[in-house]
Amino acid sequence: MENKPLLEVKNAGIQFGGLKAVQNLNIKLNQGELVGLIGPNGAGKTTSFNLLTGVYVPTEGDILFNGERINGLQPFKVTRKGISRTFQNIRLFNELTVLDNVKVAYHSLATHTMLSSILRLPSHFKGEREMEEKALEFLRIFKLEKYKDELAKNLPYGQQRRLEIARALAAGPQLLLLDEPAAGMNPQETHDLMNLIGFVREKFDLTILLIEHDMNLVMGVCERIYVLDHGQLLAEGSPEEIRNHPKVIEAYLGEEVHDDNA
Amino acid sequence: MKKSKQFWLFIIAAVLVYAVVQFFIANGTMNQFYSNTFIFIAINIILAVSLHLVIGITGQFSIGHAGFLAVGAYISAIVTMKLDLPFIVAIIVGGMVAALAGLIVGIPSLRLKGDYLAIATLGFAEIIRIVFLNIDYVGGAAGMQVSHLTTWTYAFVCLVITIIVIVNFTNSRHGIAAISVRENEIASDAMGINTTYYKVAAFAIGSFFAGVAGALYSHNFYIIQPSQFGFLKSFDILIFVVLGGLGSLSGAVLSAILLTVVSTYLQGYPETRMIIYSLVLILVMLYRPKGLMGTMEITDYFKLWRTPKGGDQHGK
Repeated sequence: MENKPLLEVKNAGIQFGGLKAVQNLNIKLNQGELVGLIGPNGAGKTTSFNLLTGVYVPTEGDILFNGERINGLQPFKVTRKGISRTFQNIRLFNELTVLDNVKVAYHSLATHTMLSSILRLPSHFKGEREMEEKALEFLRIFKLEKYKDELAKNLPYGQQRRLEIARALAAGPQLLLLDEPAAGMNPQETHDLMNLIGFVREKFDLTILLIEHDMNLVMGVCERIYVLDHGQLLAEGSPEEIRNHPKVIEAYLGEEVHDDNA
Repeated sequence: MKKSKQFWLFIIAAVLVYAVVQFFIANGTMNQFYSNTFIFIAINIILAVSLHLVIGITGQFSIGHAGFLAVGAYISAIVTMKLDLPFIVAIIVGGMVAALAGLIVGIPSLRLKGDYLAIATLGFAEIIRIVFLNIDYVGGAAGMQVSHLTTWTYAFVCLVITIIVIVNFTNSRHGIAAISVRENEIASDAMGINTTYYKVAAFAIGSFFAGVAGALYSHNFYIIQPSQFGFLKSFDILIFVVLGGLGSLSGAVLSAILLTVVSTYLQGYPETRMIIYSLVLILVMLYRPKGLMGTMEITDYFKLWRTPKGGDQHGK
C-alpha cells in the first residue's frame, strides 16, 4: 500500500506566455496523509491546486491519480475521479439554500434523468428523496442542520467555510484540497477548524492537501509539508525539518546580508 | 405532498382561467380584438418563461431569443402552408427545429461569458433573420402568407405545458445544477457539474419553447415577415424577464401580462405610445430595482401569509 501513492505529480508545470508560474512540481501523497503546501504570496500554491483540479492544463509534466493520468481532464471530470476542493475566496452558491448547496455536490452521484424530472416519473421522486436525505446527513455531521433553509450568503463567515468543506466532501472525494481554509478566521475559529479537519479525515478516510498561511495550523496538523517559492519546490519534510530549513527561512524572512553585498 | 398540492392548485387555476376566457369568446362577449389580446399574452408569457430559463435560471445572458421565435414561426408556417400538415404537427416541428437551432447556436457561443455571449447571440439571431430574408421559398422580404389557425385553446395549452416543463426542470437536481452554474460557474465545475451540458441543455429547452411560441405567433397573423423578428423583438422578450425579476418565473409571467396589456392599450395613441411604454419601464425599475418580484415566486408570498411553520424551502 505504501508503494502506490494516491497522487503523484511528476515535473508538472505551467507557463503563461513567458511566465513560468509553476515548474518542476513533484508531489507524492500517500493514502491517508495530511500534507501542507506553504509558501510566500505569489509562490504558485493556488496555481498548483488549479493544475491538480483541471482548471489549468499543465504545459509540462504529468499528474497521476490512483495511477491514472488526469492532466487535461476537465474540472468536473477530475472531481468525479475523486478530487474535490475548496476555494481561497469562498465560492458558495449564494442564492441557493444551505441544503441545496450540498445537493449540488451530490448531483453527479444521482442517476435520474432530465426527462424523468420533467415528466415527474417515480424515479425522479426517488432520486430527489435520496439526494435530500444524504445532504441532510451531511449537514448533521457538520452541525449545519439548523441553517438548512437559510440562503448560503446569509451564513456567518465561519459557517460559510464549514459549508464549503461540507459541500466538497459531499462530492465523495478520496483526496480533499483545502485552499486557505483558515483565512480570515479568529484563533478560536481556527482551532475549531483544526478539530474539524482531523475529524473529517478520520470519518471519511481522506487524504488531504492543505494550503495555509497560518503556521500554527500547518505545523499543528500536517505530517509533511511542501514549500513553494517562485513556482518551484523549495523544500519538503516534516514540520520540524521545515521550521529549521535554511532556505525556507530565507524565503520567508529574506537573506542574511553578506559583506560582499555591501 | 406539499408540492403535489401546489401542482393541483395550479392546474385548477389554469382550467378556471381557460374556461372563463373560452366562455366569453364562445358567447361573443369578447370580440376578436380582446381574444387576440389574450392569445398574444399567452404567446408572450411562453417567450418570457422560456428566456427566463436561459437568463434567470442558468444565468446565460442571451439576447437573441427572437431568432428562435423566427425559426419556429417560419418552420411551422412551411409545415402548414406548404406541406398541408395539421397545426399541432407544425407546433411540434417548429419547436424541435428551433431547439436544433438552439443547439447549433449554443454549442459554440455558450463558451463565451457575459457581454460576449450577449453579442454572439444577438449576432446569431440576426443571421437567422437574414437567412429567412434571402430565401425565396418563404417569400423573402415580402413575407409569407399564413392562415389564421391559432386559437385560445392552442395558445393556452402550450402555455400550461411550457410552465409545467420549466417548473419541473427547475425544481429538480438538474435545475439546481443550472442555478449553480449561474451562481458560480467555477465552483459548479469543481463540484462535478458538467457546466457546458447544462448551459446548452437550458438553451435548447428555451429555444424549443421559443419555437412553439413562434408557431403560435405566425398562425395568429395572416402574414409573417423577417422584419418582425429583429433585435427589437429580442429586447421586448428580454424586458419581460428583467422587469419581472431575474430568476423569478412568476415575475416573468406577470411582467409579460402587464407589458402586453399596456402596449396593446397604447396602440390607440401611436404618437405617445413609446414614451408611455418607456415611462412604465423606468417607473418599475425605479421603484422595484430588482424587478417586480425580485427573486421571489408568487408561492413564497402565500407562505408569508401563513404562520411560518419551517421546513419549507425558500424559492420553491
